[in-house]
Amino acid sequence: MKKVRILIIGFGVIGSGVARAISEKREFISDKYGIDFEVVGIGERDGCIVCPEGIDAMEAYKLKQDGTLNKHPCWKDGVSSIDLIKGANADIVIEATPTNINSGEPGLSHMMAAFNTKKHVVTSNKGPLTIAFQKLKKTAEKNGVQFRFEAAVGGAMPVLNLVRETLQANEILSIEGILNGTCNYILTRMSTEGLPYEHVLSEAQELGIAEADPTYDVDGIDTACKLVILANAILGMNVSYKDADVTGITQISPGALKLASDDGYVIKLIGEIKDRNRPRVAPRLVPKDHPLAVGGTLNVISLRTDLAGEITVTGKGAGAIETSSSILSDLISIYKA
Amino acid sequence: MNLELKDMPGQLVLALQPISEFGGNIVSVLHQRDKKTPRGLIPVQITFEMDGKKLERLINRMKSNGITIAQIGEDRLREKATMILIGHIIHSDIRDTIDRIDSTGYAEVKDLAVSMPGVAQHSAARIVINAAGKKEMQNAIQLLRDIAREKELLLIESIEEA
Repeated sequence: MKKVRILIIGFGVIGSGVARAISEKREFISDKYGIDFEVVGIGERDGCIVCPEGIDAMEAYKLKQDGTLNKHPCWKDGVSSIDLIKGANADIVIEATPTNINSGEPGLSHMMAAFNTKKHVVTSNKGPLTIAFQKLKKTAEKNGVQFRFEAAVGGAMPVLNLVRETLQANEILSIEGILNGTCNYILTRMSTEGLPYEHVLSEAQELGIAEADPTYDVDGIDTACKLVILANAILGMNVSYKDADVTGITQISPGALKLASDDGYVIKLIGEIKDRNRPRVAPRLVPKDHPLAVGGTLNVISLRTDLAGEITVTGKGAGAIETSSSILSDLISIYKA
Repeated sequence: MNLELKDMPGQLVLALQPISEFGGNIVSVLHQRDKKTPRGLIPVQITFEMDGKKLERLINRMKSNGITIAQIGEDRLREKATMILIGHIIHSDIRDTIDRIDSTGYAEVKDLAVSMPGVAQHSAARIVINAAGKKEMQNAIQLLRDIAREKELLLIESIEEA
């Protein structure tokens, strides 16, 4: 049995969801792969839990739900996540702080600190990846550690691992898809119910599908960030968010959706990179019988490859449980090798 | 183009040579030797792409080679693309938008459907463009992108083109 000591940095919806998944899947994973995942530290904004002999991840999850994480016996008030990463005896850091596309912080510093103290990083945080992908990749390589971020693109949907593990002999020629579940939900509802944008947006906000400030999703920023990550990681490009050509969905009207539908199309917010041109995010007409025409909050990605032709994957693009599937798959793939 | 050839050696070359001489690109040749016409000629169906202005001269050259031309069908605009425009479609002069596509000579607006929800609200239009070939379609879409930018309209292209 191989013991793997884990730090979870950022204990919000994703971070605490991963703790819960690790707890629930611990036995399954150790039986199947001979790897024992043990959480030894949790970093939050106002303090940390440090526990070299192991934290009951389910207990931490429950405390977080009750808003009493700082009542944990190993809670250390005011200790920063950076100090936790640098000081803790751990093998791997799960970086799950919120995405910041302007500075990439605090995630960027967390990741650099992890690499420089020889710890692998698994993350769902898009900010550092869109700002400093090459720097992070090089630092990880220099320190001989792994850098995995399947959860940052398309939630549960396997894309990066699909390309790395099973399409190794293929050259990826183009990538296109729906990378934002909020936009897909809004456009799907508008189209099927004939409702105006503002109406469906408030409905999505009530359901927790859209944020109170929906800008990041509906203006196409989130889609562009994911596209940039795919461009850098899969196509080996060197692009950042500012290189993308981005149009969101706020101007789409029920009338436009009706006109599209009458001619056999739906309108979807599509992220696309063709022939290594600049990443493009825009509402596009998609034939109703096309593989990319998925509804609801689903995400979908189509890869055009030289040998395998067109490969399309679809799945849940968000949610704590779904995202933890990708994070756990990254954790296992690092230690299975 | 449907031709009728005499059943003797070298006839197919006499029919095809003029097409390449005039810069035509042959797409397919269907030569049905076992299906003779009542006059004992062999029907041949040729599909090719060529500058339409040279068609008259091609026909004359074929005739002088002794080829019988039974039928000519012309499909000038073979590519089709559907797009949607959102914004002040009418007030930004839809007539002008159509004219600028039609005046290219290689593309034209084949169909237009408009949805107008209210005076203050943005209208939407579905526009279908036909063009001579793939390259011409790319140019027509680029032209429509430029027009949309200039008139502050949102252009929604299909993922089938690009």
